[in-house]
Amino acid sequence: MTLRGDLALISNLINPNARVLDLGCGSGDLLATLQAEKAVNGYGLDRDPANIQLCLSKGVNVIEQDLDAGIGNFADDNFDMVIMTDALQAVRDPKELLRQMLRIGEESVVTFPNFGHWRCRLQLGLKGHMPVSKHLPHDWYSTPNIHLCTTLDFEKMCEEENIRIIQRRVVNTRYQEHWTIQLAPNLMASHAFYRLGRPL
Amino acid sequence: MRSEVSSVGKVSPQHFRCQEPLTLQNGAVLPKYELVYETYGTLNDDKSNALLICHALSGHHHAAGVHADEDPKPGWWDACIGPGKAMDTNHFFIISLNNLGGCHGSTGPRSINPDTGKIYGPDFPNVVVRDWVRSQAALADHLQIKSFAAVVGGSLGGMQALQWAIDYPERVRACVAIASAAKLSAQNIAFNEIARQAISSDHDFANGRYADEGVNPDRGLGLARMIGHVTYLSDDGMGTKFGREIKSGDFDEADNVEFQVESYLNYQGQAFTRYFDANTYLLMTKALDHFDPARETGGDLVEALRGTTCKFLILSFSSDWRFSSQRSQEIVDALVKAKKNVASAVIESEHGHDSFLLPIERYTDALGTFLNRCLAEHSGADS
Repeated sequence: MTLRGDLALISNLINPNARVLDLGCGSGDLLATLQAEKAVNGYGLDRDPANIQLCLSKGVNVIEQDLDAGIGNFADDNFDMVIMTDALQAVRDPKELLRQMLRIGEESVVTFPNFGHWRCRLQLGLKGHMPVSKHLPHDWYSTPNIHLCTTLDFEKMCEEENIRIIQRRVVNTRYQEHWTIQLAPNLMASHAFYRLGRPL
Repeated sequence: MRSEVSSVGKVSPQHFRCQEPLTLQNGAVLPKYELVYETYGTLNDDKSNALLICHALSGHHHAAGVHADEDPKPGWWDACIGPGKAMDTNHFFIISLNNLGGCHGSTGPRSINPDTGKIYGPDFPNVVVRDWVRSQAALADHLQIKSFAAVVGGSLGGMQALQWAIDYPERVRACVAIASAAKLSAQNIAFNEIARQAISSDHDFANGRYADEGVNPDRGLGLARMIGHVTYLSDDGMGTKFGREIKSGDFDEADNVEFQVESYLNYQGQAFTRYFDANTYLLMTKALDHFDPARETGGDLVEALRGTTCKFLILSFSSDWRFSSQRSQEIVDALVKAKKNVASAVIESEHGHDSFLLPIERYTDALGTFLNRCLAEHSGADS
């Protein structure tokens, strides 16, 4: 199975036999890969019936749970890694969810579409329209993305919340880390990927 | 893709007469006992495709197919058992039995007590979920089944599936608990007690010796069933099914109005008294109330589940308030803490607790996919 670029980046961070929780696990591709290749004890949360059915067909430990209802049912320090790919911008209380992720897990990985990308700025700044693009494909009235942010916004919140950024990677729509992106990440990156930890 | 979906057809009950004494949880000993059961599908050569079905409060061994061509109704779980169905008889060898203490052919309150030569009646010992599981294990031994591909049950049946996973970890590869709970809530016990009081306060109950006296507590047992029925449905479900439809009488004249829902409940209550035994009803509800595997581990369900090794699927239904999704979530949370493999789904349905008996597409898809995947993983056909 070939993993989506961002999932491959995450897969590299997971140690064999780790305890992994994937929030908004979608079709379960990441967990299926981690279970097969790294023998992780992984669980995925999702609320979409079609996704849950896909996960069941892959033998993934999928648990039906709405992230907006919180994840308070998981014990402290229960996981090595808590992952949330492309869901931060769609949850009701992203800051609280991040706090909870680092309560449950020793480390977290969060990915999200960067609203600071030049295409977004162009569409809003010059054309006067809410951005619709490959990485943010929804119209304003039907978008699930209610808490969009830029990489700068996200990092500011991490600082305020005393969340330690262990690693940041910024990529284009094909999840490639082109050198041009590194010149001005908040302008050039369509997606951002953060590995987070508790304060030292 | 799914093959053609059909019925298992005509089936016949079989009998397992166990001559080994069974010591029950409460210390009582059954010197010998009989279990009536049915099987569907074919046991494979290495006996690795057996699936055990555990029934709920009023269930029995006849879960699928018909006993005679002219039978108007198939077995109680026919929606989920058969070729191409969620519990697919093309792949699984399915065993369904009537539990000890039941009233459909297994040893129970209606059986003759060998010590007295008379009907047990109220003297039949209290059996609990663990006793059922032990007797089911004896049946598995009899059928030379070392381990089950899956143990599956809804409601009280789900409790048996959980107990299997706890008591015989080496004999269960998958446990499916549907619309179930790790223990009953106070409200749930309360409903059971009202049902029991309905039965025991019927004059014809005769302290449980109604059979000796040639009577039957029809009123009490019927009432118990009516109470149960209301709690197995949801407000919305009853609204859809009956609304305020009138069966008979004249509303304008306020004359002997009988609503459809009243008629339905009365009919269900009366019909129940023809095929169910009052002492069995008391016994089954007490087993429900008693079930609490965490009691042995200081109230810690995580500890109680620590020794399990199988995969779990925990299913619940959105409108089920008798065994709410919250109860299922408690099981899931404990399994995650205990680092066990578990999947869960909350199925949207307006049919309340009874949903687990119905052919709800998302439900049967989830169940079938999980079971087939487990079987495939075991036989090495995993992709």
